[in-house]
Amino acid sequence: MQQTNRLKPFFENINFERDDNHMVVNFGPQHPSAHGQMRLILELDGEKVVKAHPDIGYLHRGMEKMGENMIYNEFIPTTDRMDYIAASANNYAFCIAVERLIGIEDKIPRRAQVIRTMLLELNRIISHLFWLATHALDVGAMSVFLYCFREREHALDLMEDYCGSRLTHSAIRIGGVPLDLPAGWIEDLQKFLDKLEDNIDMYESLLTENRIWKMRLEHVGVIDEELALSWGCTGPALRGAGVKYDIRKEEPYEIYDELEFDIPVTDTKDSYGRYILHLAEMRQSKRILEQLIPKYYESDTQLMAHAPQYISAPKEQIMTQNYALMQHFVLVTQGMRPPVGEVYVPTESPKGELGFYINSKGEPYPYKLKVRAPSFYHTGLLQDLLVGCYLADVVTIVGNLNIVFGEIDR
Amino acid sequence: MRKYTPKNDLQKKSYYNDRFWVAPQTPKFDPSSDSRFCNDIKLLKENFKVLNEYVELNFLVVTINAKDNFNVVKFFKEELNYRMLTEVSAIDYLAQDGEFEIFYQMLNLKGRKRARIKCRIKEKQAIESVEPLFRSADWSEREMFDMYGVKINNHPYMKRILMPDDWQGHPLRKDYPLEGDEFAQWYEVDKIFGKEARDIIGPEIRDAAMIDRYDTKRFSRLGHEVPYGADITSGEPDTPIQYQEDGGVPLIGKMDPKQSKNIERR
Repeated sequence: MQQTNRLKPFFENINFERDDNHMVVNFGPQHPSAHGQMRLILELDGEKVVKAHPDIGYLHRGMEKMGENMIYNEFIPTTDRMDYIAASANNYAFCIAVERLIGIEDKIPRRAQVIRTMLLELNRIISHLFWLATHALDVGAMSVFLYCFREREHALDLMEDYCGSRLTHSAIRIGGVPLDLPAGWIEDLQKFLDKLEDNIDMYESLLTENRIWKMRLEHVGVIDEELALSWGCTGPALRGAGVKYDIRKEEPYEIYDELEFDIPVTDTKDSYGRYILHLAEMRQSKRILEQLIPKYYESDTQLMAHAPQYISAPKEQIMTQNYALMQHFVLVTQGMRPPVGEVYVPTESPKGELGFYINSKGEPYPYKLKVRAPSFYHTGLLQDLLVGCYLADVVTIVGNLNIVFGEIDR
Repeated sequence: MRKYTPKNDLQKKSYYNDRFWVAPQTPKFDPSSDSRFCNDIKLLKENFKVLNEYVELNFLVVTINAKDNFNVVKFFKEELNYRMLTEVSAIDYLAQDGEFEIFYQMLNLKGRKRARIKCRIKEKQAIESVEPLFRSADWSEREMFDMYGVKINNHPYMKRILMPDDWQGHPLRKDYPLEGDEFAQWYEVDKIFGKEARDIIGPEIRDAAMIDRYDTKRFSRLGHEVPYGADITSGEPDTPIQYQEDGGVPLIGKMDPKQSKNIERR
């Protein structure tokens, strides 16, 4: 039993000194390959993992509690801190949920939709580049890390030019986007995309046929369809198990139903297959972004939806019209009051299905807010996935699942 | 007289409410008129008692009896082909009815449709685990227990998941204080030094942004440096600030903004 009044190492049900050949290893919470604060307790037989027990919660900030005590617009910057690798995807998942709840989903201006889709796909590229960089570094390919980070830096520059920050974007608002793209942004994006194709080719030439890379990844971390569905895996982890389900295609939101792109699927079910999948997804994101550029020029200039009950009028109107100013004052000080009801909108974030469940009682604060984070289930999956693999493969599997602790612990 | 604040709901409240405001409702439809869900709801009603059912914002929402929860989730998985359990959580209605509402969100990959199964339990009532059907419920139910204190029967490893094992209270309940409770401020002190040292150490400062102007133990002011723990309530001496660059340290120069240049592009 634990003595709560003394600082002593305390491991309930874990016996480090054992009579059999098994050994218990504590992996983390400060392990560079854990991609955040994850503690894994591994029971080893020789070098084989017999039992794995992920321990999470080191980054728990109580975001759901915070969300229940904030007005809807206030919560957007907090969502940045969940999946901090691709913050716009979180902003978007929250905003679309609120928009569907208040029924303005189909009133979002065309240009805002195009910009949002651009940001989401750019974030997907940023996230996948970061994933490839850190995963390759874990497995031992240092130079890929440097190349990927160079490329990611250019993508972050684009985000910075648009919204002023590199990681915590808050670039998407309920009802649209706050700003139009700055002058010259599209040209910069085009330059970035032109280089990206060559760079993905370079990563492929460095890794795809690399003997060490293949030895470390092939037949490691095999997730079959049954396991993936049982654990609620989504995103690349589900498609890597051979299930062709991408929310952008199957339950389209924004303007994904107008865009042409493929859903890459692999049936090898191992880490190597998921690596190929991530590269293919980056190419698809590039394809989507290229289709969005002409759509941007065709669109009208309005950026925020017109819904005076829920969303402030544009700045010019607030400054010139008394009624718009009054609405704005009420919305900023008291917050919008959505209808009574429940909503959950699934979106395809770079990691998988990200969605916000909101239960509204018609108050300015959500009665219940629950974040469905893909990484949470992917981390739980480790309990079943790590059993039977070697200790050296643990790093590969943890890195390959693309987990981010901001959204696991919330 | 002092304003009465209820102890069972400490959540933030809107400071102004219009007396005549009637909140609108989200649109709800009868599932038997919806082509996607009519078959599902028909089969479900033949096998179980359904208390309430409607379609709300692309979701089939059914309310069932709490004792049926395992069988209904199993029915959804095996008969209706909802093969993924994406979310399990609870909603706190303790202040209103003394009840929790538990909901299960399920996804049918083939039919691209989603369902939410809801049931209500009393505060101390336990609910059957659906972990034998879906492994994802292992962690979702642990989180539900951690955040709300909902008891789960037949769960393989019923322990806290996000909060420390010895934490007291369940943070997402409406009666949980917003800025840490009496227990939280002594948590680290008790753990490290023991309860008997409370008087010596004092409570933990849990407001990370708090700066005390006269606290010379935790803060020191540039240009007014005083010994540790000195009392400065009646003023403190000035200490001149010296910069290395001014003293002529070799190889370190002071930056001249006029000679620096901004790079336009990388």
